[in-house]
Amino acid sequence: MRQFLIFTQKEFFHIFRDRWTMMMLLALPIAMIILFGFGITTEIKNTRFAIYDPSRDVATQGIVNTMEKNEYFTLEGYVENPDQIETIFKEGKIGLLVVFSEGFYENLVHTGDAQVQLIADGTDPNTASTITNYATNIIAGYQLELLKIGEIPFQITPEVKLLYNPTMKSAYNIVPGVIGMVLMLICAMMTSVSMAKEKELGTMEVILVSPMPPILIVISKVIPYFVISIVNLMNVLALAVFVLEVPIVGNFFLLVFVSLLFIFVALALGLLISTMVETQLVALLLSVVGLLMPVIMLSGLMFPIENMPIILQYVAQLIPAKWYITAMRDVMIKGLGFTSIIKEVAVLSIMALVLITISLKKFKIRLE
Amino acid sequence: MKVIESENLTKRFGQFTAVDNISFAVEKGEIFGFLGANGAGKTTAMRMLCGLSKPTSGKGTVSGFDIEKQSEEVKKNIGYMSQKFALYEDLKVWENLRLYGGIYGIEKKAIGPKIDALLHQLGFESEKNTMVKSLPLGWKQKLAFSAAIFHEPKIVFLDEPTGGVDPAARRQFWELIYDASDRGITVFVTTHYMDEAEYCNRVSIMVDGRIEALDSPKNLKKQFEAENMDHVFHQLARRAKRN
Repeated sequence: MRQFLIFTQKEFFHIFRDRWTMMMLLALPIAMIILFGFGITTEIKNTRFAIYDPSRDVATQGIVNTMEKNEYFTLEGYVENPDQIETIFKEGKIGLLVVFSEGFYENLVHTGDAQVQLIADGTDPNTASTITNYATNIIAGYQLELLKIGEIPFQITPEVKLLYNPTMKSAYNIVPGVIGMVLMLICAMMTSVSMAKEKELGTMEVILVSPMPPILIVISKVIPYFVISIVNLMNVLALAVFVLEVPIVGNFFLLVFVSLLFIFVALALGLLISTMVETQLVALLLSVVGLLMPVIMLSGLMFPIENMPIILQYVAQLIPAKWYITAMRDVMIKGLGFTSIIKEVAVLSIMALVLITISLKKFKIRLE
Repeated sequence: MKVIESENLTKRFGQFTAVDNISFAVEKGEIFGFLGANGAGKTTAMRMLCGLSKPTSGKGTVSGFDIEKQSEEVKKNIGYMSQKFALYEDLKVWENLRLYGGIYGIEKKAIGPKIDALLHQLGFESEKNTMVKSLPLGWKQKLAFSAAIFHEPKIVFLDEPTGGVDPAARRQFWELIYDASDRGITVFVTTHYMDEAEYCNRVSIMVDGRIEALDSPKNLKKQFEAENMDHVFHQLARRAKRN
C-alpha cells in the first residue's frame, strides 16, 4: 500500500511541477468549451436583411416588424428597384432579401395565395439554409397570428418546432461533444505520453525490476489523470450551465456515471497505446491521429453520422465517443433516464472491459 | 557461495538467437564483468537474470531463486541500474531516494535517516533538495547507483553504468562499486570500456550470443598472450559474424 501511495504521489509531482502541461490540462478544456460554445456556432445572429416590397400594406409591414423584433435579424433597408438585388448581395451588406409579391394583403385575404420569396446568399449553403429557416418560421408565425384573429378563412400552416432545443442553440450540441473530446484528450493522450516518458528515460525498466506489482504501476500512473479528468468534467459542466446556459435537464449522477465509464474507456485506450510505443512523440501522434481525430470527425460531434457514407457509419460505431456523446445528449439535454441509455452504457462497458483486458495483458507480456 | 548461476540459458526471438546456451556462475561479493560488443547479447542475458525477460530454454538462479518460477523473490533481492541512469529529473535528490526506498518496502521511519546517512557518505548533503535535472552527469550516475543499492540488495546489476562521463568521474564511480562489494554486495556489470574490465574480479566475454572466454583479467591476458584487456577483447570480437 505504501509502495502504491509513494508512487502515486510521484505521478502528481510530475504533473504539478510541469507548469505548462498543468496549465494545458486545466485551461484547454475551458478554452475549448468557450471557443466551441461561442466561436464555432451554427447559429446566425444579427443577420442583416433587406426588403423589396411593392405592396407596402398591413401584412407586409406586419411581417417586417416581426422580423425586426427578432434577435436574429436586423433590418438594413428597403430595396426600391429589383435591379439593385444583385448589387446589394455583391456588396455583402445583407444575408437575406425578402421579396413580397404585389398586392400581398389582398391576395392573402381573398385568394389565400400571397407569395413571398426569400433570397439568401448561397455561397455558404449552411448559413443560407439556417437563415431561410428562421425567416420561414417567422413568417409562419405571423400567419398563425392572423389566423387567430380570424381574418383568413382557412389556411394550413406547417409549423416547425425544434424539440429540446427550441432556439437551435448550437451549444446544446457542442457541450456533450467537447466533454467527450476533452476527456479523451486528457485520459488517453496524457496516460500514453507519461508511460512513454518512463520508457524513454529508462525508469520504466528500473520499476519493472523492482518488486512493485505491474498492476499497481498502471493504477498509480492512471490515478492523477483520473482526478484531473473529474475536475475538468465539473469545470466544463459548470461552464456549460452558467456561461453557455445549457441546462442539465436529466439526472446529474447519471451524467457523472456515464462520464466515469467513458473515462475508463479512454484510460484503457491510453494504456493500450503506451504498450505499443516507445517514445513520447509517437505516443502523442498516435493519440492525436488515432483518437482525437475520430472523436472530432466521426463521433457525430461535427458531422451527423446519418449523412456519412455507409462504411464510415460502421466505423463510427467503433468510436467510444460516439456512444458517450449520444448518452450525454440523452441525459443532459433530453433529460432521459437510465433505461433510455442502457444500450450506450452496455457498449461502453464492453469496450472498457475489452480494452482494459487487452492492455493489461500486453503490458504484462512486455515484462516477460 | 554462488549467488548467480546460469545453465544453458538461451533466448530466441523468432529465428534469431540472441543468447545461445550460456552457462556461468558468480560468487558472492564478486565484481563480475559482463563484456561484449553491441548486439552480442549481454543486455538480453542480463534482462533474463533480472526477471524482465523469460528464457526460451535453460535454467538460471539468482540469490538461490529460480529466475522463471520465482521472479518475484528474485526481484526483492536485486538492485538494477539501467544505462539511462533512470532517475526522475523533476524530482529532488531526496525524493528520488525516498521513491526507490518506498518501492522496495523500506520502513517509513527508516528512510529519512538512511537518506541523510547516504548523502553524508557521498558528501552530497548540500544537494539534498536539488532537482536531479540540474546535477552534472557524473553525479546523476553516482546517485542512480546509490538508489539501486539503497535497499541493500544481495546483488546489483549495472547495465553500462558509466557511459558518457570522463575518466575521472568513472574512477570515482568505481570506488562506489568497490565500497558496495566490500559490504558484501555482488556486482554484475556490463561495460564496453576495457579499462573497466581490469577492475573486475572476473570477466566473461560474449561474442554472437555465446560466452567465448571467462576468467580473471590476469589469466585472460596470459591465455591470449595480450598486454591488456583491449587486445583480448579484439581477438575475440574479430570472430563475430553478426554485423
